[in-house]
Amino acid sequence: MPRADPAGMAQTLALDWLGDAPKDGRPKWDNKFQYFLSCLGFAVGLGNVWRFPYLCQTHGGGAFLLPYAVALVFEGIPLFLIELAVGQRLQRGSLGVWTAISPYLSGVGLGCLAVSFLVSLYYNTVLSWVLWYLLNSFQQPLPWSSCPLGLNRTGLEEECQGSSAVSYFWYRQTLNISADIRDSGSVQWRLLVCLAACWAVVYMCVIRGIETTGKAIYFTALFPYLVLTAFLVRGLTLPGAVHGLTYLFTPNMQTLQNPRVWLDAATQIFFSLSLAFGGHIAFASYNPPRNNCKRDAVAIALVNSLTSLYASITVFSVLGFKATNDHGQCLDRNILSLINEFDLPEQSISRDGYLAALAHLNTTQPERVARLSLKSCRLEDFLDKSAAGPGLAFIIFTEAVVHMPGAPAWAVLFFGMLFTLGLSSMFGNMEAVVAPLLDMGVVPRWVPKEALTGLACLVCFLLATCFTLQSGNYWLEIFDSFAASLSLIVLAFLEVVGVVYVYGMKRFCDDVKWMTGSRPGLYWRVCWTLVSPLLLLTVLVTYIAFLAQKPPSYRAWNPQYEWFPARQEKRYPGWVLAACALLSLLPTLCVLGAALAQLLAQRTRRWRPRDADTR
Amino acid sequence: MLWPLFLLVTAIHAELCQPDAENAFKVRLSIKTALGDKAYAWDINEEYLFRAMVAFSMRKVPKRETTEIAHVLLCNVTQRVSFWFVVTDPSKNHTLPAAEIQSAIRMNRNRINNAFSLSDQTLEFLKIPSTLAPPMDPSVPIWIIIFGVIFCIIIVATTLLILSGIWQSRRKNMEPSEMVDTEDKRENMITVENGIPCDSLDAKGGHINDAFMTEDERLTPL
Repeated sequence: MPRADPAGMAQTLALDWLGDAPKDGRPKWDNKFQYFLSCLGFAVGLGNVWRFPYLCQTHGGGAFLLPYAVALVFEGIPLFLIELAVGQRLQRGSLGVWTAISPYLSGVGLGCLAVSFLVSLYYNTVLSWVLWYLLNSFQQPLPWSSCPLGLNRTGLEEECQGSSAVSYFWYRQTLNISADIRDSGSVQWRLLVCLAACWAVVYMCVIRGIETTGKAIYFTALFPYLVLTAFLVRGLTLPGAVHGLTYLFTPNMQTLQNPRVWLDAATQIFFSLSLAFGGHIAFASYNPPRNNCKRDAVAIALVNSLTSLYASITVFSVLGFKATNDHGQCLDRNILSLINEFDLPEQSISRDGYLAALAHLNTTQPERVARLSLKSCRLEDFLDKSAAGPGLAFIIFTEAVVHMPGAPAWAVLFFGMLFTLGLSSMFGNMEAVVAPLLDMGVVPRWVPKEALTGLACLVCFLLATCFTLQSGNYWLEIFDSFAASLSLIVLAFLEVVGVVYVYGMKRFCDDVKWMTGSRPGLYWRVCWTLVSPLLLLTVLVTYIAFLAQKPPSYRAWNPQYEWFPARQEKRYPGWVLAACALLSLLPTLCVLGAALAQLLAQRTRRWRPRDADTR
Repeated sequence: MLWPLFLLVTAIHAELCQPDAENAFKVRLSIKTALGDKAYAWDINEEYLFRAMVAFSMRKVPKRETTEIAHVLLCNVTQRVSFWFVVTDPSKNHTLPAAEIQSAIRMNRNRINNAFSLSDQTLEFLKIPSTLAPPMDPSVPIWIIIFGVIFCIIIVATTLLILSGIWQSRRKNMEPSEMVDTEDKRENMITVENGIPCDSLDAKGGHINDAFMTEDERLTPL
């Protein structure tokens, strides 16, 4: 299709960070540090704290860092630079950028918009849970430290006794979860109120775009690092922290032979940097065009990965403390049973002497010992207990915090950190939703920006209320698994291919040279043309293969389950599977739909002039 | 003469108080766990105090015959510190029913605990469940208070931001009407590309390709 070339760019384009009035009223960053922090805050999110440590632990400890580094160097950084460079050069949000590169690729921008919208919905719901826990942390003793009394006050609540106080607080008092996804239940007003507060906070911060988020980001991006450091210092001084660190970081090279490990590393680096959301494109578009985006890309990606590592050291030391604590309590319980049964003097069996005493009693009176049905206490079993996602934060970590001296303060710090981590990611998500709408002029000029962001937040809040139902957690897991993963890989693949092959590698390299002053080297060019697209394609195919291997199922919290407190594995009903498929395919459909619409528009335009000629 | 009688009495006592005997209760104390360094040793004087407390609890039951310390029998004291006890009637022939003893102990559990500086968990009467303390329910849950504070701050801040935005846009609307120089006004409003206003370019149906760059731009790189 013809592309008109004006004789040159506007003189007003010659700006650097010291320039003055922005071209056509486009907002701009106050300083470079604000932009850096915004991109960093968007990239560093909840996943750095609760997904990376879990992956490290389950995939061979220190050995996982190898596939992670490979993925970072060959997939993460090249893709990241493409996003920043393209946004900075074309000075538009994701929708405008892809329309400018090629109208057939405008669907990529629409897909990014759709993905950002879907992710905003459930991401802020997770933040509302964090807020609920934060609000409940301002009391001593913490509400999840002990079981509440049952209905007739003679004993503890049954469901709580069967599982644990923290699980009960999470599943019953927070979520009030139903036993099946088909059973929607009622809206939980506590969660609804927290959700409203979260959306109000988000609105307050993004009300005028980067003008307001730029001020808020100083706090929300830096506070987590302070808290992580505090937790690291506290964690390393707790007993048993070293066990956690050594056990969980000891590399197990055998696991590298499992393709699942490489797949997880590739997807983790991908989601960790928040690629293909359109948020980085939007942030970079507010830069002056002459800015060293190459340095920014490498710096932000490295800091993001180092943050993941830093967070996992903190998390592991606290988990090591918890495992040691649980192990000690297990031993104490067994010792008490032995002492009570054999009427031995108090404190006659120490934790170290437990095994010897047990062996002695087993040889002398094995039937009585067998009747006690003692559980075996091995430290490795407790260290192996791991969880990712909300399970780590709301069950495991909360239990660990209860045993720390000064528990409410640590709980407040921990949930405050999670809240600010998620909030800075939400800024990027909302920017990715609002900036393209503003760029494409969907709203008339007289509508103020505050109204548009308000409308976006209101719509998101109303749609997200379905996550406050009793089955909301199951739906959130569906969104988490299906809404983002597949689509982002597809969109990223189209991004790389679009920039390298449609826009043209030579033109892109010239642009980068103009912006940064140096041409991209061999590493960049090889990655962009060959390695990254191939890697993405492999990841996509492997991902679909793993998905197709077994039908998707979910684990329900059912107090009536015979193996309670283990979670009951259930299959998704048909209509839920259809919803999952729709969610994963929606952004891809946007891409195809937009391309098709453009094709039709071109055809009709070609037909109309021909009609005019023949008349 | 008295010797066989004494033997008989102790034998009867022994029969009345035995582990798992009818109406007998096992008691378990964990003194070291409760008091640590300040733990006292369990001797016959402590046993006497215990028997006195049980007798006291039985006496507090209204409309009953008075129980004496001698009616409370202890047996099988172990190193753990655990033992069994029964309460006999004044004739010392049979033991009082377990239900009565249970309710009496439950009523005065606090007093018994305090006499030994122990708690429900460290002075256990097996088979006598303790009444759990009612939970401390504040009238307004704490989280609502903090939530109210935070929400008010957010509402106030958002309103201030919206109002300041409206005020700023009103000031911007008033400024162009004050400006006299129309050329300055045009320069401020219209983006110019090479002398051609961008709006007119759009009107001619041309596509602006922002991606194109001429070689004339000679600007110092950063």
